Amino acid sequence: MSIPGDWYLILASALFALGAFGLLVRRNVLVMFMCIELMLNAANLTFVTFSRMLGDIGGQALVFFVLVVAAAEVVVGLGIVVAIFRRRSSATADDLHILKG
Amino acid sequence: MSALAVVTAHSTIVLPHIRYLAILPEIVMLGGAVLLLGIASLVRRPLRVTVSTVGTIVIAGTSLGLALWQWADISSHGPYTAIDHAVVVDGFSVLITITVACAMILSALVGDGYLRREGVDGCEFHVLAMVSATGAMFMGEANDLIIVFLGLEIMSIALYVLAAMNHRRAASGEAALKYFVLGGFSSAVFIYGVALTYGATGTTNLTQIADFLSHNVIASNGVLLAGLSLLLVGFLFKVAAVPFHMWTPDVYQGAPSPVTGFMAAVAKAGGFAALLRVFVSSFGTLQSDWRPILYAVAVITLLFGAGVALVQRDVKRVLAYSSINHAGFVLLGVEAATAQGVSASLYYLFTYTFMTIGAFAVVTLLGRRGDGHHDIASYRGLAGRQPLLALAFAVLLLAQAGAPFTTGFLAKFQVVDASVNAGSVPLAVIAMVSAAIAAFFYLRIGLIMYTPVAGKGFLPGIEPLDDDEANAGPSGESETDGTGDAAPAELSAGNGQRPVWSGTEGAVVVRTQLNAELLLDTAPGEVQVLDPSEDIVEADAVDDETAAESAAEDTAKVPVPALAALAIGLCVAVTVVFGVIPAPLIDFAHKATLLFIP
Repeated sequence: MSIPGDWYLILASALFALGAFGLLVRRNVLVMFMCIELMLNAANLTFVTFSRMLGDIGGQALVFFVLVVAAAEVVVGLGIVVAIFRRRSSATADDLHILKG
Repeated sequence: MSALAVVTAHSTIVLPHIRYLAILPEIVMLGGAVLLLGIASLVRRPLRVTVSTVGTIVIAGTSLGLALWQWADISSHGPYTAIDHAVVVDGFSVLITITVACAMILSALVGDGYLRREGVDGCEFHVLAMVSATGAMFMGEANDLIIVFLGLEIMSIALYVLAAMNHRRAASGEAALKYFVLGGFSSAVFIYGVALTYGATGTTNLTQIADFLSHNVIASNGVLLAGLSLLLVGFLFKVAAVPFHMWTPDVYQGAPSPVTGFMAAVAKAGGFAALLRVFVSSFGTLQSDWRPILYAVAVITLLFGAGVALVQRDVKRVLAYSSINHAGFVLLGVEAATAQGVSASLYYLFTYTFMTIGAFAVVTLLGRRGDGHHDIASYRGLAGRQPLLALAFAVLLLAQAGAPFTTGFLAKFQVVDASVNAGSVPLAVIAMVSAAIAAFFYLRIGLIMYTPVAGKGFLPGIEPLDDDEANAGPSGESETDGTGDAAPAELSAGNGQRPVWSGTEGAVVVRTQLNAELLLDTAPGEVQVLDPSEDIVEADAVDDETAAESAAEDTAKVPVPALAALAIGLCVAVTVVFGVIPAPLIDFAHKATLLFIP
């Protein structure tokens, strides 16, 4: 069975769009983190697909860098969330209203 | 057994030669940070601020020295790429390394006083700042999109934590979370752009991308253009250009003031360094595609940054919008996409580092304990209380406004010149108009500082002295409804009530008001005697008692630690000396561009 590479690319772009849309729409900070992860993993899928299409192993190696960066980012992000929402009941972005953008 | 021997004999794995000298400034910076953190975790008590400050200055100074040595090396032997062409050591990267190392030293000096004042022990500020600086250095040195991404993330993740450092202030955490969410979004957009570029060109190495694009004409380059625009979005987020600037004012206001100065200098240097290298050298053949985008972004960045800063009342927000305006100016050099443009942008980034860290150093001091007194009204009469501090701040603000005999003027002149030579005359004109608008809010802070507190008396006391005053008040009230009478009342009372200025009418009123008060100042015969009880009554009428207390607190002198004074002095000295004697620094930026490996 062979699947055209384009399908993977379309799937990746759909995941990326889903993540971007979710980040803009959802108000829960943890869900927003998940959306960022979704976007990063969409990029990873694109890397792997192109790597297979080009016959170049470099693209698959890049995925590891992205994974490590994503993990580091989440560690810091959760730390910040814990620091902010320790005294609050919910982790909602609407609760953040001291600074007016 | 023999088969295995044959296989192993023929399949040796060739590792790329790693030239450690190429990344030595970064190794020292990162290694020093880890070492400092290790020492701090081994000793029983939190590390004393003095120890971490001295350590940081030694480490960053070593890094700076190594960068200067690299400069001498490439001046005699020429630039080179290293580590399988993933990093490049040329004049461009060394200049960025020097800029970032200088920013680190200055921020360590400013941070020392801040940490003592806030009673924060430990080395976290210094360690995180050094890690962040390492990331910015890598962004300048990167010759591979994945190194750019790693540099971007090393810089940003440390900055997220730095923004959240002051855990006593709720605004600090909020700023950090906003920065994190938007920064994470921009990173994801950036890496998706890298993936698409990789798919279109088959490589992430910048030199190879340039080669590929110059040798192949792609019939339908949709994937490449999508990747290019996503990369651009990622960069513009980091440098705070306008459609992607939403985080800037909030993060600048919420983050601790020394961190804000560091962030403004280092994130801009790193972001613009990578932007310049990726777009001017790698995607140089696609200029006709990305230059119009940058043209539009530069126009709105310049005008929005200058325009919105006019109506801000928090000095940190004013400086945040001014940094957006400065980003627009650097974009002028990027948009030119010529050697002159690159040179002008590098000069701008180098000099802006000193202007902005110096300005935020003064803001740090004036923020007082708790880092909360940033209302523009609390700067009133600063020149009377602390003339040297006010003078330094005025010089740094004038430099940012582009006053002659400062590096700020030369920086603006060069980017505008580069833009004109590249054929973007309307853009250059818009930039100059925005500089004129920006000059107004810089001068406003300056005027408020040089308005004596004695003028803080009230309209009834002033009226008999000056006719302008009497005219200004009623005319302001008649011109603008509601907001108009708030502005004169605030400015004359100066005790914490916030001015709400709408548009130019309010601004004109403010200017007349200030002129009137300056005139008042020049009449030495008319000394106003303030009755303290009357003062409080007035404050009660306008606001509540806390305003009176804060007004009283605002008139107290702020302590100026020696190290912070040194940092401010260095910033002012660099800004003025290289403004009066421009040749060395301009030659430096020019030579850095000549040694640029495209």
